[in-house]
Amino acid sequence: MRSLTLAMGAAGLLLWPWAAPRYFVFLASLIVVNAIVAIGLNLLSGYTNQLSFGHAGFLAVGAYTAAIVATRAPGAPVVVALLAAALVTALVGLLLGVPCLRLEGLYLAMATLAFGFVVVEAILNLDGLTRGNDGLRVPAARLGPWALATDGARYYLVLVVGAAMVWAALNLVRTRTGRALLAIRESEVAAQASGIHVARYKTLAFVISALYTGVAGGLFAFVVGFLSPDAFDVFLSVDFIAMIILGGLGSVPGSMAGAAVLTVLNDSLAGFQNYRPLVFGAILIASMLFMPGGIASAARRLRAPLAGHPRVAPGSRPGPE
Amino acid sequence: MLSVENLAISFGGLAALRGFSVEVAEREIVALIGPNGAGKSTVFNIVTGLERPASGRVTFLGKDLLAMVPHAIARCGIARTFQNTEVFRQLTVLDNVLIGCHAHLSAGALRGALGLPAVGREEAAARETAHALLARLGLDDHAGVEARALPLGLQKRVELARALAAEPRLLLLDEPAGGLNPTETRALMGLIVRLRDERGLAILLVEHDMEFVMSISDRVAVLNDGRKIADGKPGAIAADPGVIEAYLGREDD
Ligand SMILES: Nc1ncnc2c1ncn2[C@@H]1O[C@H](COP(=O)(O)OP(=O)(O)OP(=O)(O)O)[C@@H](O)[C@H]1O
Ligand SMILES: [Mg+2]
Repeated sequence: MRSLTLAMGAAGLLLWPWAAPRYFVFLASLIVVNAIVAIGLNLLSGYTNQLSFGHAGFLAVGAYTAAIVATRAPGAPVVVALLAAALVTALVGLLLGVPCLRLEGLYLAMATLAFGFVVVEAILNLDGLTRGNDGLRVPAARLGPWALATDGARYYLVLVVGAAMVWAALNLVRTRTGRALLAIRESEVAAQASGIHVARYKTLAFVISALYTGVAGGLFAFVVGFLSPDAFDVFLSVDFIAMIILGGLGSVPGSMAGAAVLTVLNDSLAGFQNYRPLVFGAILIASMLFMPGGIASAARRLRAPLAGHPRVAPGSRPGPE
Repeated sequence: MLSVENLAISFGGLAALRGFSVEVAEREIVALIGPNGAGKSTVFNIVTGLERPASGRVTFLGKDLLAMVPHAIARCGIARTFQNTEVFRQLTVLDNVLIGCHAHLSAGALRGALGLPAVGREEAAARETAHALLARLGLDDHAGVEARALPLGLQKRVELARALAAEPRLLLLDEPAGGLNPTETRALMGLIVRLRDERGLAILLVEHDMEFVMSISDRVAVLNDGRKIADGKPGAIAADPGVIEAYLGREDD
């Protein structure tokens, strides 16, 4: 049942460019890009409880890095541009994460917000590299002799990279590192008492989160083909937060679901820019009120009785052994 | 193996400990008792690195614990439970225990993300250990349940299972019987004694239940107002006039 659903889903994703109009192929690429960001943000905020209002900044760092590499080294394969985006953004994540160790809650939110502004300022000031407000045209991604010049080709690039990132994230959260991040969210003292180096894992969460967002930024650059600093404003960071709240904090599939829903919604509201914040706000409030835990936990609740997993504890047993 | 000497600490002018010392030997169950606010939990917090004393020394197997941070102290072989149960509330019972295994697993982020076969083997072994521990503590039916959905008595047992998963040499239990019913309390007493006998654990515990303390401890240390007023075998402590006065004095308050 489950593998059948997965197989049908995979077939649908692979055949999408053949079935859907061009614009929807582009939209699907955007969904995958946003899903990668949402997973990265969720690892930081949902798993480790470090709220970030600056992920548009990481996305911009990744996007401009990939675009600059592709411009300056025209023959270089897209993998090189994406790796550069990943590494540079991860390094920026490290540089931001270390000082942020001293901050929590509102102060951390303010620091990451400021980071987002700093990135936009930096793009404007480094106009030799970024062409500032004029915007930067991104050459087509290259894979050996081929240029990925159509929406379909770019979609497959995004899909392959996205699938790898999702797979790695699912592995990560199921093993020791993922549990350490969750432990920090739940109780820092108990995490320390279990031998977890809290500062190291909080920093690691920043690095991994930035790395994911940097790769997404690189893909974003090739998908849209044109970068300008105003695309990376604070509202984009808020959109990412909305995605993980709607999808479910602490859930990788939830991150993807939240990204899909809000990307499509964002797109359908494109003609009504003035109402967008209103609709987004209403959806967020409604989801927090009626669907705490987001799409992920709603799906779990729907599945649980069927699979027979007890959600509420049966009565206490008399004692040990 | 644990030696605590002359601890002094104060919180905003209030002296919580004024020259407190205690020793715990291998395979010894030591109880720390005293009225509310005597400073018992503060001793635990200093030993585990959460609080820093103004003066004093803490050594464990020859290592100076005051020079170490909490996660490093845990890795030396000291595990603890908390007076106000600190389970990972939104995680399953199994994950709580697996986090207890953290220091014994080696998979880093990269190897974990790549899902290498060695990581899979390590995970499978950890899950087996965790399930065995859950079975031993009568928690196997609850492995997949979120800890917050359990009644307090079971949450305390989850916390104990998490501590044991770290395979400590010394276990610090802060009011392990608090909130348990008499049946659960008796079962816990049996378990603590078995942990000492079978695993060779040393245990330092804080408990208000006198029957509990007197029947399982090898030694009892009495703390009153930041000072140790008695230290000896349970029988001697129960008859100590100073101890009786401290406890009666508390009831006069
Ligand atoms: N972090 C802290 N900040 C301020 N005061 C504290 C702190 N920790 C402990 N105290 C104070 O130090 C004194 C000793 O506290 P402690 O928790 O060690 O007592 P206890 O013996 O464990 O008491 P109980 O039996 O009620 O648990 C109390 O007066 C308490 O209010
Ligand atoms: Mg206490």
